[in-house]
Amino acid sequence: MKLTFKRGVHLSYANKNATKTSPIRDFVSDEVRLITSMHIGAPSKPIVKKGDKVLMGQVIAEPVGFLGIPVHASVSGEVTDVSMIPYLGEGNVECITIANDYEDKWTELTPLGSVESVDPALIVPAIKNAGICGMGGASFPTHVKLSIKPEQKCEAVLVNGAECETHLTCDHRLMLEQGEKIVGGLRAVMRALGSEKGIICVEDNKPDAIANLKRLALNAQGVTVQVLKTKYPQGGEKQLINAVLKRQVPFGKLPIDVGAVVVNVGTCAAIYDAVVYGKPLISRVTTVTGCVNKPSNLRVRIGTVVEDMIGACEGYSAEPGKIAFGGGMTGLCLPGTDLPMAKSTNGIVVYSVKDSKSIDEGPCIRCGKCVAACPIGLNPYLIKRAADADKLEEAKKLYVNDCILCGCCSYECPSRRWLTASFKIVKQKLAIQAKQNGGKG
Amino acid sequence: MTLRLSTSPHLRSPQSSTRLMLNVIIALLPSAAFGVYNYGYKALMLILVSMLSAVVSEYLWQRLTNRPVRIKDCSALVTGMILALCVTPEAPWWMLVVGSAFAIIVVKELFGGIGDNFINPALAARAMLLASWPMVMTRHIDIDGVSSATPLAEGAQSQFSYLDLLIGRIPGVIGETCKLAIIVGIVYLIVSRTVTWRIPVFTILSAFVMAWIVGLDPVYHVLSGGIIFAAAFMANDYTTSPMTRGAQMVYASGIGIITIIIRKWGAYPEGATYAVLFMNLLTPLLDRYIPHRVYGHSKREAKN
Repeated sequence: MKLTFKRGVHLSYANKNATKTSPIRDFVSDEVRLITSMHIGAPSKPIVKKGDKVLMGQVIAEPVGFLGIPVHASVSGEVTDVSMIPYLGEGNVECITIANDYEDKWTELTPLGSVESVDPALIVPAIKNAGICGMGGASFPTHVKLSIKPEQKCEAVLVNGAECETHLTCDHRLMLEQGEKIVGGLRAVMRALGSEKGIICVEDNKPDAIANLKRLALNAQGVTVQVLKTKYPQGGEKQLINAVLKRQVPFGKLPIDVGAVVVNVGTCAAIYDAVVYGKPLISRVTTVTGCVNKPSNLRVRIGTVVEDMIGACEGYSAEPGKIAFGGGMTGLCLPGTDLPMAKSTNGIVVYSVKDSKSIDEGPCIRCGKCVAACPIGLNPYLIKRAADADKLEEAKKLYVNDCILCGCCSYECPSRRWLTASFKIVKQKLAIQAKQNGGKG
Repeated sequence: MTLRLSTSPHLRSPQSSTRLMLNVIIALLPSAAFGVYNYGYKALMLILVSMLSAVVSEYLWQRLTNRPVRIKDCSALVTGMILALCVTPEAPWWMLVVGSAFAIIVVKELFGGIGDNFINPALAARAMLLASWPMVMTRHIDIDGVSSATPLAEGAQSQFSYLDLLIGRIPGVIGETCKLAIIVGIVYLIVSRTVTWRIPVFTILSAFVMAWIVGLDPVYHVLSGGIIFAAAFMANDYTTSPMTRGAQMVYASGIGIITIIIRKWGAYPEGATYAVLFMNLLTPLLDRYIPHRVYGHSKREAKN
């Protein structure tokens, strides 16, 4: 039976056709720029300096703090610069630039062997050392997610292959072309957590991927494939758990509190490489689509500059108005194309000037489409009213902090109101307020 | 090259407010066409006068009060059209001018314009006309132009077959007689995702069940009067109907039940107008007390 969660939206245009049949192809550029804050948590500390020769897979920045993960050289060559660059919403971040010598000479790797025979206790440390963080977009360090307390029990590991976002097909292609790595990575996670059940969750708009994974799952103990109805935001962690396990993660708690761990398909494949070959996370598949001449799924080295990736897709097909990391519903706009992609960059979408036009808000007509769409069960129209009046407390009472910023309400609003955008601001203001109050004691 | 920066989402649904209002107008067309076919150019004139008057009223009012002019959203057209479809073809044209001006200015704009009125403008105007000129408003002619009683009038029950009611071979107002045309409209509204199915379906269903409970002929009562038209175009009005699933069901059931109560025990032969207006008033309460459960919270604390 096909499962799904409550509410959400059926997107009228998913824009996936341009890339869903284009096989993953490798692309390597002359230079990579690796930022040290590709994951959630304290930025890693660079341990190389300008002029150093580095090998592929060599640690170039060490983890800092509980959430820290290392950064590895994604090409072999020479470090040409270590400096601060402005990066998206994060302010200035440290960036290590490496000129590629195209020798692809690996540093010494320590493979652990087959996922079925490796000592389960070694798996999580290997994941940390490989610098793996959530590759579906959240960039949460995977080893932290998998470090569960002894009293906690993981009943099921869910592999997130929903790929409900628009435009993106990198997970789809990965499931089709490298399904064995996903199943293997899942087995490694299951063994590390002592979990009996592994469920690969895929939306029904990817029948070829489902067939491939089902075939592979036959030989993997405890692994099944669950087909989901195509609906956005199915791939949200909370929605996926709700759809598949019929459980809800209580506010402020983690999936493990309801016995589940959710891992993205790309992350699973990276875990497989880390365990079986000892390879750190130095490349990933990213969908480059929209107004480019050859929309593609590129396997690029982490830190590849956006400009180079667009070049690999034979340039712009129309004047770009907006370029964003990620799909159409949650994508983050780029101020320029000289920025590098990171471990969690699952797509680059180039919008035409026409599609980038500013949208004017109309008055709320109380049509209720936002209420019917909200996967969390909020009243977006009321929160927007509170937000416009800058009534933070009222917005909080209306559960704005539960908002996952999925964009469903804004998408559906016939008056084109900036609902999600204003909730994002309110949430930021509330976070600052909470910090200040916390500081006062 | 300058790139625009904006917050996600970068895509919006193709359904704009104007598009939704046009959908309602399209859904009203079969009923309007049947009215014109039945009652001739007079009905057509009334519909056009009413729509024009509604738009002109909105334009003038917004200009006079220095508010942004929003006639392009087509909501005034919808109000004017619905009002015309629920008056008798015998009504004089000036009555529709007064009615739609009342609907737009008093019921809609005085309370803040689109999205802020608390009762359905067209229905409130109909109620106003009914109270002000009851003799004209209840003078009905049958399709042959002979003045006669509507199917809900006392003693008229046996004159009409179910088929007469369904295809509109009955006297009545311009757009409410042919149930088949209205049902086509409902189906269009649901298929085009303009409205959800809950309100129309629950309104009709509850009227059916209630009629059966109080000992009336349920099929006859659902097919006569304004209940199906109200379910399709009045109960569904965005602004004055609830938004959460539970509240929509309670609201719609309330309309069906109250309509039948008025028909059975009230002084008026028909009660759909008042039933919808009454439930409009309950809408804010229903939305507040029957909310959706928030994900990850056990139960929703009372608001504010």
